[in-house]
Amino acid sequence: MATNTQEIPALLDVRDVSKAFGTVQVLRSVSLKVSRGEVVTVIGPSGSGKTTLLRCVNFLESYDSGSIRIDGKEVGFREGGSRQRRGERDLAAMRAETGMVFQSFNLFPHLTAAGNIMLGLTKVRGKSTAEARSIAEHWLGRVGLGHKADSLPAELSGGQQQRVGIARAVAMEPKILLLDEITSALDPELVGEVLEVVRGLAQDGMTMVMVTHEMAFARDASSRIVFMADGGVSAIGPPRDILAAETDNERLRSFLARFRASHF
Amino acid sequence: MLGQIIYALPFLAEGFALTLWVSFLVVLFSLMAGVILGVGLVYGPVPLRWAVRIFSDTIRGIPILVLIFFVYYGLPAIGLHLPSFWAAVTALTLFKTAQVVEYLRGAVGSIPRGQTEAAMAIGLTFRQQLTSVIFPQAFRRFLPPWINGVTDAVKGSALVSLLGITDLMQAINQVIGRTYEAMPLYILGALIYFAVNYTLSLASRRLERRFTFIRE
Ligand SMILES: Nc1ncnc2c1ncn2[C@@H]1O[C@H](COP(=O)(O)OP(=O)(O)O)[C@@H](O)[C@H]1O
Ligand SMILES: [Mg+2]
Repeated sequence: MATNTQEIPALLDVRDVSKAFGTVQVLRSVSLKVSRGEVVTVIGPSGSGKTTLLRCVNFLESYDSGSIRIDGKEVGFREGGSRQRRGERDLAAMRAETGMVFQSFNLFPHLTAAGNIMLGLTKVRGKSTAEARSIAEHWLGRVGLGHKADSLPAELSGGQQQRVGIARAVAMEPKILLLDEITSALDPELVGEVLEVVRGLAQDGMTMVMVTHEMAFARDASSRIVFMADGGVSAIGPPRDILAAETDNERLRSFLARFRASHF
Repeated sequence: MLGQIIYALPFLAEGFALTLWVSFLVVLFSLMAGVILGVGLVYGPVPLRWAVRIFSDTIRGIPILVLIFFVYYGLPAIGLHLPSFWAAVTALTLFKTAQVVEYLRGAVGSIPRGQTEAAMAIGLTFRQQLTSVIFPQAFRRFLPPWINGVTDAVKGSALVSLLGITDLMQAINQVIGRTYEAMPLYILGALIYFAVNYTLSLASRRLERRFTFIRE
């Protein structure tokens, strides 16, 4: 038994990140650590900054202050606290280490399911077409779409498209996967198949930060839940603590109450 | 009469070749310049956007004839002497470039923002985002107005005859000057222009069909 008292460095380390759009403060000193293999879900009312937080993590959005590190490496800005933006190639290379799945799928409509997955593999990872194809087929099989490799996105259902979206992200073997309300645009009967895929990834040890309104999923699949309100982390902890009806966090209680009223 | 026209055919063919050559150069140069400036207009830093916007709006606000005379007769005043051929090609290219800028802006602007973000998220560089994700989708939108513009360029190239360049139009005029057979020769000229442009339109339609994919 190792008696290692040293803190295991977090895979994702968000520290005091703040961001404003004009005069609107969207993130207020957000801090969050996510360890390797952990699944963290983010809940909170609309407009609380959940999407913005995820977008900052892969630098689709810049932030005003604080720092975000993945695997010890500063995201977006150069090392040394100079807040000098990384160069374009550097940023692209960093983003390749972070997978992102979007609410609106954002599949490339001119490419087949396999083509969507192969693009990053060939252009960014430098794989041959044959290699990329076999990786794409592997992942399509994993998400239950082995037979749809040559279908265009428009020929797929929403649930199928989102599963391709997940496959596209994980095929790049990112260090961390960011998922932003990935089932919100889906018909209710298609939500299950997508969440099932995410569950499988969690079991495989994929590190994930997932914004969701699926409370049952958050409760069962995540190690911790972050409750965001008004641009800040209002509560964070294991699901049973956060989702407990008798929490003394006023905001969280009213969010859950409203949520239960509208969803059950 | 027919004999005279047949006699003039090799001369007309030379004019026709020049028309095609001018059109080709204009289309090629304006495509390159227009795509680069168009990308600058959509993605560039603010000063560049402004510069392209001003360029495009100014050029499109000037009649092409004025532009041709300006380049040929006006530029020598600032020490830039272009031979008539290159003055004509330059003026037509400027005009066409401004149009290509607008076609490109429209086509690229029609691609949802999420496409760029998805491309960024898998780690594509800016150039890869454009070539692998944005342009292939924008192409279908860009093509119809652009081919239309190509036919315009072929027709517009007739204006170079005003600088004394012997293109198809000028050749026809010269043959008429010698034969006094205006009508048949103008009809012949019209048919040639029409044949070129009709071929282009057909090609365009076939291309468009080939690049059709269903959008969600
Ligand atoms: N690009 C933007 N420009 C201006 N305001 C924005 C932009 N993106 C988001 N916001 C604002 O930031 C706040 C947080 O948005 P968001 O992160 O999308 O919240 P959530 O995902 O929790 O609903 C909202 O008030 C939203 O209007
Ligand atoms: Mg959101």
